[in-house]
Amino acid sequence: MAKASPAITLRGVTKSFGKTVAVNHLDLEIGSGEFFSMLGPSGSGKTTVLRLIAGFELPDAGTIELAGTDVTNLAPFDRDVNTVFQDYALFGHMSVLENVEYGLRVRKVNKAERTKRAMHALETVRLADFADRKPSQLSGGQRQRVALARSIVVEPKVLLLDEPLGALDMKLREQMQIELKQLQRQLGITFIFVTHDQEEALTLSDRIAVFNNGTIEQLGTPEELYEKPKSEFVAGFVGTSNIFTPEQSKKLFGKSGKFALRPEKVDVLAKAKSGSLSAKVEEVIYLGSYIRLLLDVDGISIKVTVSEGVFHRDQTVQINMSAADLVAL
Amino acid sequence: MRISRSAKVILASFTSLILTVIYLPLAIVFLNSFNSSVNMDWPPTSFTLIWWHKAFASSGLIDALATSLLVAVCSTMVALVLGTLLAMALSRYKFFGKNSVSLMIILPIALPGIVTGIALNNAFRTMLGFQLGLITVILAHATFCIVTVYNNALARLNRLGKNMEEASADLGAGIFTTFRLVTLPQLVSALVAGGLLAFGLSFDEIIVTTFTAGGGVQTLPIWILDNMFRPGKAPIVNVVAVFMVVVSVIPIYFAQKLTAKESKS
Repeated sequence: MAKASPAITLRGVTKSFGKTVAVNHLDLEIGSGEFFSMLGPSGSGKTTVLRLIAGFELPDAGTIELAGTDVTNLAPFDRDVNTVFQDYALFGHMSVLENVEYGLRVRKVNKAERTKRAMHALETVRLADFADRKPSQLSGGQRQRVALARSIVVEPKVLLLDEPLGALDMKLREQMQIELKQLQRQLGITFIFVTHDQEEALTLSDRIAVFNNGTIEQLGTPEELYEKPKSEFVAGFVGTSNIFTPEQSKKLFGKSGKFALRPEKVDVLAKAKSGSLSAKVEEVIYLGSYIRLLLDVDGISIKVTVSEGVFHRDQTVQINMSAADLVAL
Repeated sequence: MRISRSAKVILASFTSLILTVIYLPLAIVFLNSFNSSVNMDWPPTSFTLIWWHKAFASSGLIDALATSLLVAVCSTMVALVLGTLLAMALSRYKFFGKNSVSLMIILPIALPGIVTGIALNNAFRTMLGFQLGLITVILAHATFCIVTVYNNALARLNRLGKNMEEASADLGAGIFTTFRLVTLPQLVSALVAGGLLAFGLSFDEIIVTTFTAGGGVQTLPIWILDNMFRPGKAPIVNVVAVFMVVVSVIPIYFAQKLTAKESKS
């Protein structure tokens, strides 16, 4: 082969459940070794795409290729991808070690070899000391790591992760995010990560596909999505944005069209200067590392993020917005 | 919930009354099995083990017991296999008429035994041309034994969900490997509970048995019916009754315990 095939290729994939179209004519290419995230609200079709790639659902139309091979009609056990499930789906009647050995056991790897490899996978996720425990004796984060070990032990080309951190508390989540990123780099396999948490997607991914209503709204690197959202949906879903209607844009900037502006691009000034606008503080939300202000400029409400300062309601402040920071939608 | 003192007294008396009505006759049967009077004169004047000796020396009775055990074991086996398959089909797949099929599986336990009996009698003899015998009794019992196995297995499968089976398939296991390594081990206690109930149902069944057994097959309940009013047999029937209570109650006790333990964990 002259050029390596992408890890995953979807062509015209459509899947309906009854009258609901979950995935609508989707084309997608995911490169080998990529950390790829599918981001979207619940019901946007991202989990269905994952289940189609895993083989738990069959598409109504279109084809799915893994590394250039058509797998559209193959059963899950014949596909070289593995899934880390949202609720982990560990086998409750087996020990941690038996869980991790499972994929090797059904591939008829001999006992000594599979114990060796399973223990190695458990070391990778730092759970070697828990090999004899039952899943019910582990914490949520530990179960998550067992699920990871169970999937990576069979050395899949692609690892699918279905909101794997959804059930963990914030602290653990942040820690697991770092571990996932390191694991992916260490193993060099393709990760396809489903999440509804935009911050998680931005932190982890090489590229992100933003899903809405069964199609991809926008696909790009985290920077592209954040700096250059192409639609109101993306601007609102990835981070926070002020969305200005054509009339508002005209009034504020003298430009026609619909625009998005990130709250941190708005400057709050100590005193008025040319071009600055006076705004009334409607609400002050203190968030620790930053402060969010809800301002009212002549009947237009604007969200602003500042790193410090003392503000109170009904105070009048001066703000400066640069038309160069506007993103056309 | 707090209840008043008088309500407590009334509830307690009703409960005692009902339990007395149920268990006093059973206690009398138990005592009478040791009553030395052949006419079971009340109150018993002296204690004897002679009826227990006679009962276990009666070859007719021992044969009937063996038949009942064989029928119960075999129909439970049939029910375990078919009930599990049905539960798998109805919990894991969608198909046309699924709800009707589910109802039709459960219905035999609600059907009057006499209707099932007559229907099966007709079907076996005229339609299928079977000779009534042990096999027909086993098949007839299996129709309602399936229900308890099916219900227990279905409840468990629905509670377990498909996730673990999907995880197994995802890790490379085929359908049968997944069933053997993942589904069955988690289903076993439900199947044991369902099977014990099925065994209990079959062991004391009489109506359907009467219609499907033909002349040559005598189960324990039928032996009792035949001997109950024969002169001098009543005390032995008491012994058999006590024995049957024990054999039917033990499996149900264990089935209950298993189910309770599962629902706690």
